[in-house]
Amino acid sequence: MSRPQIFPWPLRLLHWLMAVALLGMLFVGVGMVASVEGSQPTLVAWHKSLGVVLLALVCLRLVLRLLLPTPPLPADMPGVQKLAAHASHWLLYALMFAQPLVGWAMQSAAGYPLVLFGQWPLPALLAENAGHYSLLREAHAWLAYTLFATILLHLAAGLYHGLIRRDGVLEAMLGKQRPL
Amino acid sequence: MKHSPLPASSQLLRFGVIGVVVTGLAAGFAWTAGWVGPQRLSAQAFVDRFEENGGVHPGYRRAHAKGLCVSGWFESSGAAAGLSTAEVFQPGRLPVLARLSIGSGSPHTPDIASPVRSLALLIEQSNGEQWRTAMNTPPVLPVGTPEAFFEQVGAMRPDPATGKPDPATMQAFFAKHPESASFLRWAASNQPSSSFATTRYHGIHAFNLIAADGSIQPVRWALQPLAEAEPLQPDGDPNQLQQEFSARLAQQPARWQLLLTLAEPDDPVADSSQAWPAERAQLEAGVVVIERAEAQLGGACQDVNFDPLVLPSGIQASADPILRARSSAYAESFRRRTREGAPQAAAQPEQGAKP
Repeated sequence: MSRPQIFPWPLRLLHWLMAVALLGMLFVGVGMVASVEGSQPTLVAWHKSLGVVLLALVCLRLVLRLLLPTPPLPADMPGVQKLAAHASHWLLYALMFAQPLVGWAMQSAAGYPLVLFGQWPLPALLAENAGHYSLLREAHAWLAYTLFATILLHLAAGLYHGLIRRDGVLEAMLGKQRPL
Repeated sequence: MKHSPLPASSQLLRFGVIGVVVTGLAAGFAWTAGWVGPQRLSAQAFVDRFEENGGVHPGYRRAHAKGLCVSGWFESSGAAAGLSTAEVFQPGRLPVLARLSIGSGSPHTPDIASPVRSLALLIEQSNGEQWRTAMNTPPVLPVGTPEAFFEQVGAMRPDPATGKPDPATMQAFFAKHPESASFLRWAASNQPSSSFATTRYHGIHAFNLIAADGSIQPVRWALQPLAEAEPLQPDGDPNQLQQEFSARLAQQPARWQLLLTLAEPDDPVADSSQAWPAERAQLEAGVVVIERAEAQLGGACQDVNFDPLVLPSGIQASADPILRARSSAYAESFRRRTREGAPQAAAQPEQGAKP
């Protein structure tokens, strides 16, 4: 199978949709744990439901990522940069799975019902246990910081490819075909 | 395809753009988290202030630290079924996990030293949804905003000499907040009873009941004791109310009628300092029956956060800003105490502690 220049559209769509949603979730998450504003309970409710949606989306995305052809990294990229690129992408996938699962498990361990969009009660992932809740609650915060830092790194690298190296890597996700 | 190299100045500019984008996002994140920027009222600030007043007692709740786990059931009359789709209001019986407590941040406070008593409920529906509510003896709060409530908690800081809030500070606070008149009338007329079981508890905030046709009815709820009240006679036991309640249950269950007071269109539904007119219609929604009690350490309620915004569909939070701030502060208290682990039984102050 020959490899395309740009990512297939389903992967581009999921990438940009999830980019916006993940950044929104991270900002809402870090704000809502301190906020005593009237909007706080609504934000928490949306955060929980959107987290479950993002878990479903990353499952779909992983399947598509493994099935669909993707463009190669530029041949002239230094080996260490290629390694960093592959490692950071799989780290992002790992975090996108871990973060909603830890969030869901933490709700279960605390004994809170999780009701998707106020309509559909979801099963508990774990039995109620305050000690497990505490570990998961701290993990949810640290995973969020790690995910945010990794996204910033990923964004900086994308811009480096697009603005400095100008090697087509950013265009592959923007969907711009390069002239041959 | 290869690009010609960028001139050094142009390359520097582009690195600058990348730097600005990344640091801009990081700064926005830090600002949203409250790590930088102006001091904002936060859940952490609330819990810190409770800790300043009551002390830090590892593993205990930061407010209402001393209590008793109790359980039983709720027998819904169905009288409110037309107002709310929630299963709790359909006729039938649902299990109740509850907690009786006093309004102090210290687990060492004698039962009768606190003017505020509380009954918190967790009612589990068959679909997995829950109704949690934390109810207190006053029918209203002294103030109606989180900012004023924060100020109130500050004014309540115990004087090291007496261990109680400074009356002059409290008086100055109430004078500054004339909206506290309704609360002060209650405080002046409140006659503490001899038992948790003969105390009336109020949900304080308004909540919206949502009917099947989508119509919204704001209500306030209260638990009216079905047993005759007797005046409190202090007997010197720091756990007087807990002992009395356990002894009472050996004879008979404790029962309360759940009363829903229905707001009329112009009633204040977003201000917990304002009472509604006494003639408002009330519904008898059902009876809470408590038949078992156990110590909170190791008890079924110990690890429950009675967050008043855990609501089943058919009940929604009103716009009351204090109600909306509570969930966040409860979560922070729960986070801190679960991180500390369960209180140690050796440090269990509830049996025979001196005032």
